[in-house]
Amino acid sequence: MSTATLPITPAGRRRARRRGPYGVAPTAILVLGALYCLLPVSWVAVAATKSKAELFSTAAFAPGTGLLSNLADLSTYRDGVFWLWGLNTLLYAGGGALLSTAVSAVSGYALAKYRFAGRNLIFNVLIGGILVPSVVLAMPQYLLFSQIGLADTYWSVLLPQILHPYGIYLARVYATAAVPDALLEAGRIDGAGHFLLLRKVALPLMLPGMVTIFLFQFVAIWNNFLLPFIMLGDDQKFPLTVGLYTMLAAGANQPSLFNLILTGTLVSLIPLIALFLTMQRYWRTDLSDGAVK
Amino acid sequence: MRTRRSGGAPSGAAPYLFLLPALVLFAVFMAVPICYTVHLSLRRTKVSGLGLGKGSRTEVFAGLDNYTAAIGDGELWAGWLRVLGYGLMVLVVMLGLALLFALLLDSAHVRLARFSRISIFLPFAVPGVAATLLWGFLYLPSLSPIRQVLDVDLLGAGTVTFSMANVAVWGGTGFNMLVLYTTLRAVPRTYYEAARLDGASELQIALRVKIPILLPAIILTTVFSVIATVQVFTEPTTLRPLTNTISSTWSPLMKVYRDAFVTGDVYSAAATSIVIAAISLVLSFGFLRVVRDRAFGEG
Repeated sequence: MSTATLPITPAGRRRARRRGPYGVAPTAILVLGALYCLLPVSWVAVAATKSKAELFSTAAFAPGTGLLSNLADLSTYRDGVFWLWGLNTLLYAGGGALLSTAVSAVSGYALAKYRFAGRNLIFNVLIGGILVPSVVLAMPQYLLFSQIGLADTYWSVLLPQILHPYGIYLARVYATAAVPDALLEAGRIDGAGHFLLLRKVALPLMLPGMVTIFLFQFVAIWNNFLLPFIMLGDDQKFPLTVGLYTMLAAGANQPSLFNLILTGTLVSLIPLIALFLTMQRYWRTDLSDGAVK
Repeated sequence: MRTRRSGGAPSGAAPYLFLLPALVLFAVFMAVPICYTVHLSLRRTKVSGLGLGKGSRTEVFAGLDNYTAAIGDGELWAGWLRVLGYGLMVLVVMLGLALLFALLLDSAHVRLARFSRISIFLPFAVPGVAATLLWGFLYLPSLSPIRQVLDVDLLGAGTVTFSMANVAVWGGTGFNMLVLYTTLRAVPRTYYEAARLDGASELQIALRVKIPILLPAIILTTVFSVIATVQVFTEPTTLRPLTNTISSTWSPLMKVYRDAFVTGDVYSAAATSIVIAAISLVLSFGFLRVVRDRAFGEG
């Protein structure tokens, strides 16, 4: 049992709230930690509602009256480039995570369910990629992309993020647990080929684990800064992270732009936080029990 | 990884076909770039004449010159020292908090556990740029609710490293907590019952039973955190516009970026990035070894 949301189990019942030997101290520590983690996010949610004057005059957590005008300003900022950044981010993260999940699932299945020469070598090489610092990759990737004219294109951000060692690792663990050998064996006896077994038996069983891989990859690409920062020069192709950075770099010395930056930050956080809260049960770091419930 | 017996039928080419996309991507986006970086790191530009006109600049073999330059570069060493101080703070505080929170969540006597767990994991959904930006504004005297309580310049030369470490701790604690908590939840409760019957207190169970069980997960999160910390780039780069205490070469990775894309010297940038890769590999393997020797010394 290792889900993020806990089902009611005997162990869960034993966790029934009773007062422990340390009083309220454990609860107090956790709540303090929670408040610390909520502080910046709740602050920006309030700050984005303030007008330019209110931002510097009213109390930090006093709601303001400027949310709509801030949003209007954000929409007109450089002809609405902010919303374009949002769409770009969705394209990079959505498309990249989808491709990444497909590649991870098929690789993980092959590594989990077949025995073949070089299996461990291939697995170790693919997983070893996680130890390579991203800059050792991003800089030469940029130089190589520019030699074939692909730097500063959507491809330059999308393609390098498809392969993800952690995704392959998770897929292998999940395939091992979720796809019974007997089922594959039965399919084989019935004459099903390798591709049919993959498509009709393995992938449907692996679907819940694939959602988890998709989510991790989606967040990783959504949050990535270094790669698009290096690859892209044209602000029409920026994702939100690089866009927000350029807004800050341009506006850090102009307090009149602070409302715009804070509103942009808040808006950029909403999709991911929504995804995060609605998909609670898929946020897992351990897929070895084969069931996402 | 445990090998398991699967599928008696001859597999033939199928597994290789299934692995082909991953292997092609690995070759194109990892192996080739790594080799290209090594290649570049061994070369330099040779300027003949005045360096004007076509053909006056050629690329020649430089041996290990770029590496000796990188190793002898005081600016880079200053960056390493800053990252070392920053990294120690981040690793100790972030992993310490992650472990504390995971143990508390797993103990039986906590209220609001679900609220706390979700809130502490929430920063995982906030990009590093946005996290730095938010904290950066919270550090500004003109806006900050923190500054209204605490009269310290949070972006000064003496404090900026702490402020930056705070951003990393804030962003990273939740994920590490989840990894450790997930591991703990997978442990059969009977282990603790046995300890309890032997008269162990909750604290003793945490220290003597849970932490040893968590050790492999703690090692894993530490190694990943070390790799991430050595490469710190987003936080100082994003905080730079808000303060003049962060130089363009604050961290080694920022120096690589500046060398490659501002100064235009990709050769020394390549050598520096290989040095960074080597150091992060040595650190993570060194850590693994030390831990293995100490924890499993008899084995």
